Amino acid sequence: MTRKYKNPVGNFMTLLTLIFLYLPIVVLIVFSFNKTKSRTIWSGFTLDWYRELFTDSTIMTSLQTTLAVSILGALIATIVGTFAAIGFFKMKRSWRSPLLTINNIPVINADIITGVSLSLLFVSAGAILGFDLGFGTLLIAHISFNIPYIILSVMPKLYQLDRNLFEAAQDLGCTWFQTIYKVIIPEIMPGIINGLIIAFTMSVDDFVISYFTAGSSVQTLSMTIYAMTRRRISPKINAISTLLFAVVLILLIIVNLREARQAKAEAKKQRILKGR
Amino acid sequence: MSKKACSQKGTKAFCLSGARKIKTFFKRHQKQSFAYPYIMWMAIFVVIPIILIGVYAFTDSGGFTFRNFAGMASYAPVFGRSLWLAFLATAICLFIGYPVALAISRRNLKSQRILMMLLMLPMWINFLLRTYAWMSLLENTGLINRALAFLGVFELINSLNSGNPSYIPIDHFQMINTGGAVVLGMVYNYLPFMILPIHSVIIKIDPFVIEAAQDLGANRPTVFRKVILPLSLSGVISGITMVFVPSVSTFVISKLLGGGTDMLLGDLIEMQFLGAAYNPHLGSAISLIMMAIVVLCMSIMNRFGEGEEQAVLM
Repeated sequence: MTRKYKNPVGNFMTLLTLIFLYLPIVVLIVFSFNKTKSRTIWSGFTLDWYRELFTDSTIMTSLQTTLAVSILGALIATIVGTFAAIGFFKMKRSWRSPLLTINNIPVINADIITGVSLSLLFVSAGAILGFDLGFGTLLIAHISFNIPYIILSVMPKLYQLDRNLFEAAQDLGCTWFQTIYKVIIPEIMPGIINGLIIAFTMSVDDFVISYFTAGSSVQTLSMTIYAMTRRRISPKINAISTLLFAVVLILLIIVNLREARQAKAEAKKQRILKGR
Repeated sequence: MSKKACSQKGTKAFCLSGARKIKTFFKRHQKQSFAYPYIMWMAIFVVIPIILIGVYAFTDSGGFTFRNFAGMASYAPVFGRSLWLAFLATAICLFIGYPVALAISRRNLKSQRILMMLLMLPMWINFLLRTYAWMSLLENTGLINRALAFLGVFELINSLNSGNPSYIPIDHFQMINTGGAVVLGMVYNYLPFMILPIHSVIIKIDPFVIEAAQDLGANRPTVFRKVILPLSLSGVISGITMVFVPSVSTFVISKLLGGGTDMLLGDLIEMQFLGAAYNPHLGSAISLIMMAIVVLCMSIMNRFGEGEEQAVLM
């Protein structure tokens, strides 16, 4: 892009926005190292909260639940959602549009409505079929709100596909199944991965829908934190969030460095090819 | 069409194309059937639950009734308050988010990527905790009030008002448990949802369109008003939706930062389902009205855009 404006006001606002976004996070991280339980008075450095964290069974169990439901939820949603997206793609427009509208309902709807409506379903179905709210219903709820994100990120990739690819694959003797797993899936992989990451993030961060669908027997990390805010949050929670934040940060840096290196290598290759 | 039938009709070409047509028709439907499991899933876990809300809203333990809606007038202040706070939060997000999205889109690709990542990263800290961290900042003995006291702000204010006999000296600003704190919480949590869609729409604007406008003699404000703003409207609309809907329905932010004294719609609904006032019928009725309000707001807004789709987030 050639247009380059100086935009001091906008840049200043961006800086302020970043400070605004990170201020509470910095506070959170700093006070995970605080000696006392106070969240406003600094009284010295300690790593005790990190040590105690791993012996706290409530936090550890809820962390396991969160990871289990997020990983399972995201994976199942990715498989079902990818196939559904291919199915929608092959459908007639008159069928596809209303189905995609229904698909969008959980995305647009307020979380609380999705949570409440699912809990109504689970409670009434549970009364008839004789089951209680628990990990199963929690997982179903997570899969339900994840699939729309998979479809929304896979569909555009399908539309970008060259239609001739299908025919070429079939002309070369692929069965329909081979066409899908040898041609279509690899081509739309970036969309699938993108959807998987979004779904996983949504699952980890979700509180409202879990709160209404998990019942009283299981707790996700968010629910544990919410229960704690009623009384007083232990700095152990600050500690675990700091750890999670650090893990994500490191992962993001690794991914970005790798991509940057790949881009550089690609550019170098192009230069050499051009030189010839 | 069987092979025998083909050969009876004579031309081999016709036979081949007929067979292929059937084959492609079959294939087409096979791939289409990939969506059937999900369609079933949607029917059970999206459509039926929404219908259940409708059923619950118009029944009570006895049967069909309008009673759940009869008492709704007494909740008018809650509706009004929720809508007002959500409107304020959305407006603030728009006024901060648009210039920021624009400024980011003017940078080179590398710093754009880094900035967008920095905007997304806070979402990886649990949102309850991020909101909770604001409590330690905003409290009466919180970090902001401490910092202001340290800087001598309260002494200054007190000394300025010392002539006034009815003046009561202050030692903190009341920030937590106010409507302002709730709006701040909403802006804080949902601001990235405003910036992301606007940014993703602005970077897709063809630079040649802007150049063309400049060649035709438009100065910078005109280019913005006549080209960039109209072309980014779809992003603005999806941003507004993505901030307004969670803001109007939140119950966590109002509980943590608003002190739970002034109820919002979300608190009201939560109380009917999991709280002390267990009454899913009334809760469903309130949910139904809230959905209606959201749909109404969105359809009014979509008239201003060209009906561009939501979820430009990706």
